[in-house]
Amino acid sequence: MAYSFPEEVLEHVFSFLNTDRDRNAVSLVCKSWYEIERWCRRRVFIGNCYSVTPEVVIRRFPEVKVLEMKGKPHFADFNLVPDGWGAYFYPWVAAMSVAYPLLEEIKLKRMVVTDECLELISKSFKNFKVLVLSSCEGFSTDGLASIAASCRKGEGINFVKCDFMVFCYLIRLSLVSLFQFVHGLLPLFTFFDLRSKLCKVQFRNLRELDLRESEVEDLSGHWLSHFPRSCTSLVSLNMSCLHSEVNYSTLERLVARSPNLRTLRLNRAVPLEKLPNLLRHAPQLVEFGTGVYSAEIRSDVFCNLREAFSACRNIKGLSGFWDVVPAYLPALYSTCSGITSLNLSYATVQSSDLLKLVSHCRNLQRLWVLDYIEDSGLEALAASCKDLQELRVFPSDPFGGEPNVSLTEQGLVSVSEGCPKLQSVLYFCRQMSNAALVAIARNRPTMIRFRLCIIEPQAPDYLTHEPLDTGFGAIVENCKDLRRLSLSGLLTDRVFEYIGAHAKKLEMLSIAFAGDSDLGLHHILSGCDSLRKLEIRDCPFGDKALLANASKLETMRSLWMSSCLVSFGACKLLGQKMPKLNVEVIDERGPPDSRPETCPVEKLYIYRTVAGRRFDMPGFVWTMDDGSERGFT
Amino acid sequence: MEGVFKGDENYLNLEATELRLGLPGTNESSVTKNNKRASPESGKKIGFNGDSAPKSGDPVTAQPPKAQIVGWPPVRSYRENNFHPNKSESETGIYVKVSMDGAPYLRKIDLKVYSGYSELLKALESMFKFTIGEYSEREGYNGSEYAPAYEDKDGDLMLVGDVPWEMFISSCKRLRIMMGSEARGLGWGA
Repeated sequence: MAYSFPEEVLEHVFSFLNTDRDRNAVSLVCKSWYEIERWCRRRVFIGNCYSVTPEVVIRRFPEVKVLEMKGKPHFADFNLVPDGWGAYFYPWVAAMSVAYPLLEEIKLKRMVVTDECLELISKSFKNFKVLVLSSCEGFSTDGLASIAASCRKGEGINFVKCDFMVFCYLIRLSLVSLFQFVHGLLPLFTFFDLRSKLCKVQFRNLRELDLRESEVEDLSGHWLSHFPRSCTSLVSLNMSCLHSEVNYSTLERLVARSPNLRTLRLNRAVPLEKLPNLLRHAPQLVEFGTGVYSAEIRSDVFCNLREAFSACRNIKGLSGFWDVVPAYLPALYSTCSGITSLNLSYATVQSSDLLKLVSHCRNLQRLWVLDYIEDSGLEALAASCKDLQELRVFPSDPFGGEPNVSLTEQGLVSVSEGCPKLQSVLYFCRQMSNAALVAIARNRPTMIRFRLCIIEPQAPDYLTHEPLDTGFGAIVENCKDLRRLSLSGLLTDRVFEYIGAHAKKLEMLSIAFAGDSDLGLHHILSGCDSLRKLEIRDCPFGDKALLANASKLETMRSLWMSSCLVSFGACKLLGQKMPKLNVEVIDERGPPDSRPETCPVEKLYIYRTVAGRRFDMPGFVWTMDDGSERGFT
Repeated sequence: MEGVFKGDENYLNLEATELRLGLPGTNESSVTKNNKRASPESGKKIGFNGDSAPKSGDPVTAQPPKAQIVGWPPVRSYRENNFHPNKSESETGIYVKVSMDGAPYLRKIDLKVYSGYSELLKALESMFKFTIGEYSEREGYNGSEYAPAYEDKDGDLMLVGDVPWEMFISSCKRLRIMMGSEARGLGWGA
């Protein structure tokens, strides 16, 4: 005889489960656990907005408070996904505005969010607290204005607290109402009015507005003044992607009345001279993004700034730094010992100035910087920042033919040698060698994310002129916990053999201009057990490997292939064989059936879904399915 | 500003008698757009030959322009747009008219070519053959008959040099070199 706990107990136990994986696991135990779990799931993460419909999500999880969702494939960041492809948020917000009136948080990445969506959010969710739009597009500052305006002190009625006082009033009211019988409804209104006066509960409203790298139609900075005076709940504001000037006194007042503000990222239009006043109003800041970091060099401005920074004792992260005037960098030095995260990826300053700043930051864990830092700077970084976990080096002149700075593979090798905690790397450089990669692999077997971009496609080992297969092979062989890998340089099928054999924990792989034949793709699909996302461009991979590993695709979130050799015929076949996949052909040359079946498609995006084909595709996208004729005119 | 200056001692006499279009006293200076340089930046987008940050000491080496591959290197377009802020306008440059009191024709210059006020003022000085005095916040331009002014987005006449350079470029609609008594009203002198 099985005893089961009462529902409330199980619900309480489940409330300690925070990861989707755990919650999904408990919901598989038995029907009653499934039921209990789905009623108490509060956060939903949807990695591909087309993998499921809003209705299905709402039906299964009726009381969601936090929605996190991603839309376009990653290669959309590099202009490989044509405009209009999809990832519209509107159907979701329309459905949720009805189903989830208590929704609190929306976090989106690479989705199309319109002003209508933002207005709907501000109108529908009385308890709305957090909006994070990462690399999104489709909205303007007018939409932001409606979000800001909705940050009002909401009023509600706490019925539980009210009851006794209301009871007394009801007695009085019933006596009164005998005399006001004619105005039958009046007592009723008075009753509710009194209840609300007795038991007002303030809802705290908007806490986070984070526009992280979104593309916003910037009509004016006026949206900021739509935050009502009563809004004092802001914890995080990131407007760094906007271009227009905002009214500084409005901004100052907003900051001054937000005692819980932890993160403030300004946009480029905020001049350096305005920073001290802002900082004075928010000495509790933990993350701060400056605006343009340049001004005429004046000692009063400098001293003002330096004093303001020294009053901020909690700063852990800094960003912004457009157009840096190096003379103003020392104003930051007081914060450096606490800094763990530094984003200097827009700072066009020389290695020596970067070095001076970075060497003060002994507790640095994350550094994003331009290649102006050069090998010498990275060597010094390796010597002074022993806690470094993540390094991203961006190219200052990605399209130039010749190197403009002295940054080579040596910089990365130094950091891998000197920083024992290094686990995440994004590195753009112009030359690489197998020897360097082997050294990096041996130095840092704990590497988790390794993304290397050698700027020239198919560049060989510059010392031996061989492919870089051995080097990357060493990476996957030594770094057993590697979860993300981006390849570049000259690579043959051999590197894919290594990856298939060793990269068992690899979840995301990005490949460009690599490989010789289908065998390469076959190694990946048959060998990488944990693979979830695969994105490939300009590789000679065709039908054979794809069709032979079709079932693998159902275990992954998505596969992107562009400028490869997959034929239209193979796409159709795949679509027919695999009903649980959406096989989307993206081709701006016109309908694929106007060309021979053997003709390779331009772009291919395959993803698993329970939603079936989507109906919001633009004219250059076709879904291959059982009734594939339906897709064509 | 880089120009091809043929005006040295040996040419002066010929120049004086040459029939040219141009303001009296100007040297034959080429258009400041970088198109004239022998080495187009390789790998730039098709149709765009200039660059936003003139590199110092670049040797004039002829390089075949590389065809740009879409999406490579994989730098996010967001980052590109923010790093080179005027990328979307950069194909055409920011051309503004420059008028000088008393001159028969106006000139046009590309503000994007200059990295700051000093370069701009030097260019104006040589284009129009005059000297601007020294700039100070309090007194404007001291020591000369001329004051550089510009018309901003709101149509107001402003003295050049008060606001940060980036802000100036984005708000300047036209330049005007004012002379003599009119210039005094803009802060020149007491």
